[in-house]
Amino acid sequence: MSSTEQIQDRLSQDYDAGFVTDIEQDFAPPGLSEDIIRFISAKKSEPEWLLEYRLKAYRLWTTMTEPKWAKVNVAPVDYQSISYYAAPKEGPKSLDEVDPEILETFEKLGIPLHERAALAGVAVDAVFDSVSVATTFKGKLSEMGVIFCSFSEAVEEHPELVKKYLGSVVPSTDNFYAALNAAVFTDGSFVYIPKGVRCPMELSTYFRINAANTGQFERTLIIADEGSHVSYLEGCTAPMRDENQLHAAVVELVAHKDAEIKYSTVQNWYPGNKDGVGGIYNFVTKRGLCEGDRAKISWTQVETGSSITWKYPSCILKGDHSVGEFFSVAISNNYQQADTGTKMIHLGKGTRSTIVSKGITAGHGQQTYRGQVRIGKNAENARNYTQCDSLLLGDRCGAHTIPYVEVKNRSSTLEHEATTSKIGEDQLFYCRQRGLSEEDAVNLIVNGFCKEVLKELPMEFAVEAQKLLEVSLEGAVG
Amino acid sequence: MLSIKNLHATADGKSILKGINLEVPAGEVHAIMGPNGSGKSTLSHVLAGRDGYEITEGEVIFDGESLLEKKPEDRARAGVFLAFQYPVELPGVSNVYFLKAALNAVRKSRGEDPLDAMDFMKLAREKAKLVELDDGLVKRAVNAGFSGGEKKRNEIFQMAMLEPKLAILDETDSGLDIDALATVSKGVNALRDEARSMLIITHYQRLLDYIEPDVVHVLVNGQIARTGDKDLAKELEANGYAEFTGRAVS
Repeated sequence: MSSTEQIQDRLSQDYDAGFVTDIEQDFAPPGLSEDIIRFISAKKSEPEWLLEYRLKAYRLWTTMTEPKWAKVNVAPVDYQSISYYAAPKEGPKSLDEVDPEILETFEKLGIPLHERAALAGVAVDAVFDSVSVATTFKGKLSEMGVIFCSFSEAVEEHPELVKKYLGSVVPSTDNFYAALNAAVFTDGSFVYIPKGVRCPMELSTYFRINAANTGQFERTLIIADEGSHVSYLEGCTAPMRDENQLHAAVVELVAHKDAEIKYSTVQNWYPGNKDGVGGIYNFVTKRGLCEGDRAKISWTQVETGSSITWKYPSCILKGDHSVGEFFSVAISNNYQQADTGTKMIHLGKGTRSTIVSKGITAGHGQQTYRGQVRIGKNAENARNYTQCDSLLLGDRCGAHTIPYVEVKNRSSTLEHEATTSKIGEDQLFYCRQRGLSEEDAVNLIVNGFCKEVLKELPMEFAVEAQKLLEVSLEGAVG
Repeated sequence: MLSIKNLHATADGKSILKGINLEVPAGEVHAIMGPNGSGKSTLSHVLAGRDGYEITEGEVIFDGESLLEKKPEDRARAGVFLAFQYPVELPGVSNVYFLKAALNAVRKSRGEDPLDAMDFMKLAREKAKLVELDDGLVKRAVNAGFSGGEKKRNEIFQMAMLEPKLAILDETDSGLDIDALATVSKGVNALRDEARSMLIITHYQRLLDYIEPDVVHVLVNGQIARTGDKDLAKELEANGYAEFTGRAVS
């Protein structure tokens, strides 16, 4: 029985306990139904139109099936066993109660002391400073007219913007997980940069602590109005553990005329243990729309976590001479699986896109680069450059490259380069002969391999990301 | 400094070194010459600890300690340096970054503090002059896109930075034109020191015109067939290795 059938089967049953959602409760019982969605929406005091949006997505979702084309093995997910609205769990009271393994990783990554407690989920009131730091920056941003807040807050304070843009880039109809997210998302981030404003700071560097608890169905919407500029950082290098196995986020970006959005991600969700047990499923839909002429959207991602990653940050290049970029480093170690890449949809004239993907596989890891470049019939003189390189460590892992190209305009230019290499014994020996340990040698070679992508990250993030690569590959050799 | 006793080694079950005996005192430069396939490169690899060889007999004492049980990095940190016949490219890894990591790993094992970026760059500029390696090459990715001559100069530059006790130069002259050969040799000569031994592995006498050895060994079929002074190299240049291999030289 397919999962859809299971769900429909379940939906057709009466509630066993004659369950009625109680608005006073802080959590919903496991399972998904229209009642649960009404409950979530009521808990969040949402306007009617948003509830309708959710219900429509839900009804659609019940008719959809999970995508099967990705080269990953996914154990079946029981969507009726998930609780779609839960009060935040009480975390450990102090760092002394946190898993020593996590603390050790913080140490290795050089996470600032004052951030460690928050990242480990220690109750916020035990964390000094972070809240006031956040407030200070928020004040500065609002002076410039920049809106940066939680998604829920945006629904309350800026409903007209949310209503206008929600689902405009990733409609609920897009895919199974996007529909699910639209039905049940609980929170996320909202950014609006007004016309001509250059956002004065990297967004979320100082907010990542507060954003850590956004749950498994995160919704992000970033709008850059004409001539504006913003750099947004998502996630962090610290290992994120979560009770929830399935994460299905949706990120939508809209760049108007002459606007630029730079979106950087460092993803380090729990990848499961060395034998591949446990770990997060990260099934994310990320897409940016270059709505206006000369708009630019740039995705940079460093993916080291999750047991299974299914993710294709994409750009729709609608405005003439708009630009899309995708820079990616993905590591799959132990039993991790990743099917990741991008889509560049060229619609406007003179649109350009660049794809640089670096995949590193070790242990029993399996990784697929899947990229689509589509040149529409009106995209005169469009250009794409694609480079995907794979680096293998050991002989039990696999790397696959699957490019799709569709060209409907003869004046376009496309270049594709792909390489697959193993870390050579001669490279390792050369480094060791100069006094480097085998592990340091591997890190050095891997960092060299990823350099083109790492340099795209904001400075502070890049240093952390480099350390993260080292930690992720510990024990991969020898 | 280096004492090799009855060293036997095989690769893929094939016997290559068949009882090598060699003493290189501190401060001396020894040349090892020999025809193709005589085991010259194997000897350098075995001394540096490369995988793929099995030591079946014998021992190597370096600076009073047995060398063969040590990992390659530990040998390097103890002061063994191998200038590669074919220097390896490390795309995306800058020469400066690579050498700083290597130098600080060596310093750490000696109980010394790591050099900071400023001191390191000062040292690097100074040493780069020895082999006329310009700033651009120093900062570029390790050997990536370097010409043959630049690669070899880079090897000697690294040697100058790491200041080893024993430097093994594996066919450093191969692929060099006459100008590059002179530059590389000048660098090597500048690094001659009474506390440093050198083992120069070469096919041709030409290199030894520039780097004058104290002792010359002829390696044939995995054994030292003869040992002499620098005149032995000239003799080999004139007569070839036929005397040792029993084959005429074409």
